[in-house]
Amino acid sequence: MKLNKIILSFVSALVILFSTSVASFAKVVGDKIILGAAISLTGKYSSNGVHTQNGYNMAVDRINSMGGVKVGGKTYKFDIIYYDDESNPKRAAQLAERLISQDGVEFMLGPYSSGLTKAIAPVTEKYGVPMVEANGASRSLFTKGYKYLFAVLAPANLYLDVAIETAVELNGGKGVRIAQAFEQDAFSQDVRLGILDAAERTGSKIIIDDKLPKELNDMAATLVKVKQMKPDVLVVSGHTKGALTAIRQIAEMKVDVPMLAMTHCDAAKLSKQHGKNSQYALCASQWHKSLTYKDDFFKDGMTYAADFEKEFGYDPPYQSAESSAALLVFKDAFERANSFDQKKVRDALAATNMQTFYGNIKFAPGGQNVDKPMVLFQVMCDAAGKCENKVVAPLKWASAKLIHPVPKWSER
Amino acid sequence: MDFLVFQYPMITVQACLDGILLGVLFALIAYGMALQWGVMNIINIAQGDLVILGGYIAYFMYLYGIHPAWGVIVAPIIMYFVGIAIYKLVINKVVDRDLFISILATFGISILFMQLMNFAFGADVVLANSGYGTTMLFDNNVVLPNSKIFSAFISILFAVCLVIYMKKSKLGRAIRATAQNARAAKILGVDTEKVYAATFGINAALCGVAGALISITFTIHPYMGLPYTIRSFMIVIVAGLGNLPGVAMSGMGLGVFEEFADYILGTEFRIGSVFLLLVLILVYRRFKLSRKREYLK
Repeated sequence: MKLNKIILSFVSALVILFSTSVASFAKVVGDKIILGAAISLTGKYSSNGVHTQNGYNMAVDRINSMGGVKVGGKTYKFDIIYYDDESNPKRAAQLAERLISQDGVEFMLGPYSSGLTKAIAPVTEKYGVPMVEANGASRSLFTKGYKYLFAVLAPANLYLDVAIETAVELNGGKGVRIAQAFEQDAFSQDVRLGILDAAERTGSKIIIDDKLPKELNDMAATLVKVKQMKPDVLVVSGHTKGALTAIRQIAEMKVDVPMLAMTHCDAAKLSKQHGKNSQYALCASQWHKSLTYKDDFFKDGMTYAADFEKEFGYDPPYQSAESSAALLVFKDAFERANSFDQKKVRDALAATNMQTFYGNIKFAPGGQNVDKPMVLFQVMCDAAGKCENKVVAPLKWASAKLIHPVPKWSER
Repeated sequence: MDFLVFQYPMITVQACLDGILLGVLFALIAYGMALQWGVMNIINIAQGDLVILGGYIAYFMYLYGIHPAWGVIVAPIIMYFVGIAIYKLVINKVVDRDLFISILATFGISILFMQLMNFAFGADVVLANSGYGTTMLFDNNVVLPNSKIFSAFISILFAVCLVIYMKKSKLGRAIRATAQNARAAKILGVDTEKVYAATFGINAALCGVAGALISITFTIHPYMGLPYTIRSFMIVIVAGLGNLPGVAMSGMGLGVFEEFADYILGTEFRIGSVFLLLVLILVYRRFKLSRKREYLK
C-alpha cells in the first residue's frame, strides 16, 4: 500500500514536471518562435558545427533587430535551442527526438554534414516537423520522398559538374580524360556520381577511379597513376583531409595535370596552410562573397562577409552563409503561411521562390534547392605569395579568368 | 588499368620505395608497442593518440616559426614525461592485471586524449610544412618527397639508438631482464616499478618522434590516432614480441605489400588486403605451431 502511494506520487510529480517544462518551451511562446537545432559543437565536425551555429546566430540577430517575423498581424522574434550532437549520428537522432517530444519544438534547423542530417530527417519526418537544413548535400537525402525536409544548398552530385563541363568546353567540346579519387563516404561518393553523369553526358572517359579510405592521409599511389597516365582533369573529394593531402602530395611529387578540381578547399584553409603550392586548384563552393545576389537583411555577399567578420573575427566560409540563409527561408515561409500550423508552414516552404544574399532558393519536390548553381573558384597567388580565391565559373560571376592549363611544376 | 605495375615498370620501383619509406615510420611506432607489450604485457590502444599528440607538438612549433623538424627532438622529451604521467596515474594500477583490463584502461585513455586534443587544438585537419622539396630518380620517373626520406632516416636513427641503449645501458639491461622474468628481476634487485615507468615513457617518446614525422609528411587530426594503433598492432603480431629486426622487416613488408595491393587490386582494397594478409599469417602460424606440437608428442 505504502509502496503504491510512493509510486503514485512519483509519477504525478513527473507528470507535473513534464507538463510545465513543455509549457515553458512550446514552439511559440509570447512573441518568440522557438526553433531547435542539434549541432556538432564537439567531435570531429566541431569546426564546421561552429561555422553553422555562427551563421544561424547571425541571421537570428539580424532578423530580430530588423523587425522580426510578422504572422497574423503580430511580430515575433526567433530563438534557437541548441544541443551538442558530439558529431555522432545516433546522438543527433536522440536529440532531435528530445527537441520535438520533450522541448515541444515544432520547427527545426539542420545539423552539420550529410551524415547527421540523414540521422535526423527520419525523426522530423515522423513527427511532421518542418526542417530547413543548410549543410546536408548528399543526394540520398532527396530521393527518400521526405516531405518536411528542405535544403537551401545544391545537392552533392552537382559540386564538380561545372569543372568537367568547363574542361570539355576548353577542349573544344570534345570529351576529356578524367582521373578521380574519392573518399568512401556518402558525400564524396555522391560527388563521384555527379562526375560519372557529367562524363557520360560530355563523352568523357574516366581513366582512374580510386576510392580512398576514410582515414585517408596518403594518396601517393593515386598520384603515381596520374603521373603515368596523364589525364586532362584530376578530381579529388575527401573533405578537408582530402584537400590538404592532395595539395601536399601533388606539390611534393610534382604531378603535372592541366586541371585540378576539388571540394572543401575553404574549410581546409588551403591557401593559408599550403600557400603557393595550392595555386591554380579549382574548388567547388556553394557560395562566394563576390556573388551578386541580394536581399533586404544582409544586402549582398560582400556586406555579409564584412558584418560576419566584424562579429566573429574571421571570413565566413560558405557553411555559415548557407546557415544564415536557412533562417531567411523560415521567416519568408512563416509570413506567407501567416500561421504556425506545421502543415501550412510546410506548404509555404515547398512554394518558396526567393532571392537571398546566398543565392536563389526554390525547392524541388525532393527538397533540394534547384535554383542555385555551384560556383567554382581558383586559388590565385600574387608574387608576394599572398593567395586568394577568385570565382572563375560560371562566367556570369567570374571575377577572374580561369588559368588553364595549370603551368607545369618545372615552369613555376 | 588494374595492372599498371606491369605496363609501367617504373611504378614497381616507386611502389617499393614508397612502401619501404612508409613502413619504416610505422615500424618505429610498432617498435614502441612491442617494447611495452613485451615488458609490461599491455596492449596500448592509446598508441596512435600519443602519436597524434607528438604531431601537435611539432605543429605548434611550426606555427610559432620554429622548423617542424626540431619536433623530432622536442616532442620525444615532452612525450616521455607525458608517458611517465600516464603510467603513474593509470597504468601502474592495471599492469599486473589481465590483458583485458589493460585494454579497457588504455581504450579509456585513448578516448580521453582524443577529446582533450579536440578541445585544446580544434577539429581542423592540420599539417606542418617542412619545405624539403623532392628527389627525382630515373629520369624523373620516380619521385620521392624529401620529407619521407627524412622521416625514414630519423626513424632508423632512433631505432638504432634505442637498440644500442637497450643493449649497453643499465636501464636497458633492467628492462630486458624484467621482460624475461619480472619476478626474478625483482628478486635480483631490479626496481621493476621504475622499469615499467621508464618503458612506458620510452614508448611515448617514440610515439612523439613518429608523430612529429607524420605532421611533416602527412596530416594530423585529433581523431586520426586509431589507424596508427591498428597498424602497429598488426606489425607486432606479424613480427612476434621481442623480435626487433622482425618488427622492422614486417613494417617495411606491410608497407610494400600495401602499395602493390593498391596498384593491383585497387585503392579500395588497400587496407582490406592488409587485414587479409594478417589473417593468413595467423593461420599459417597456428599451422606451424600445431606441427611443432605434434613433433613434440
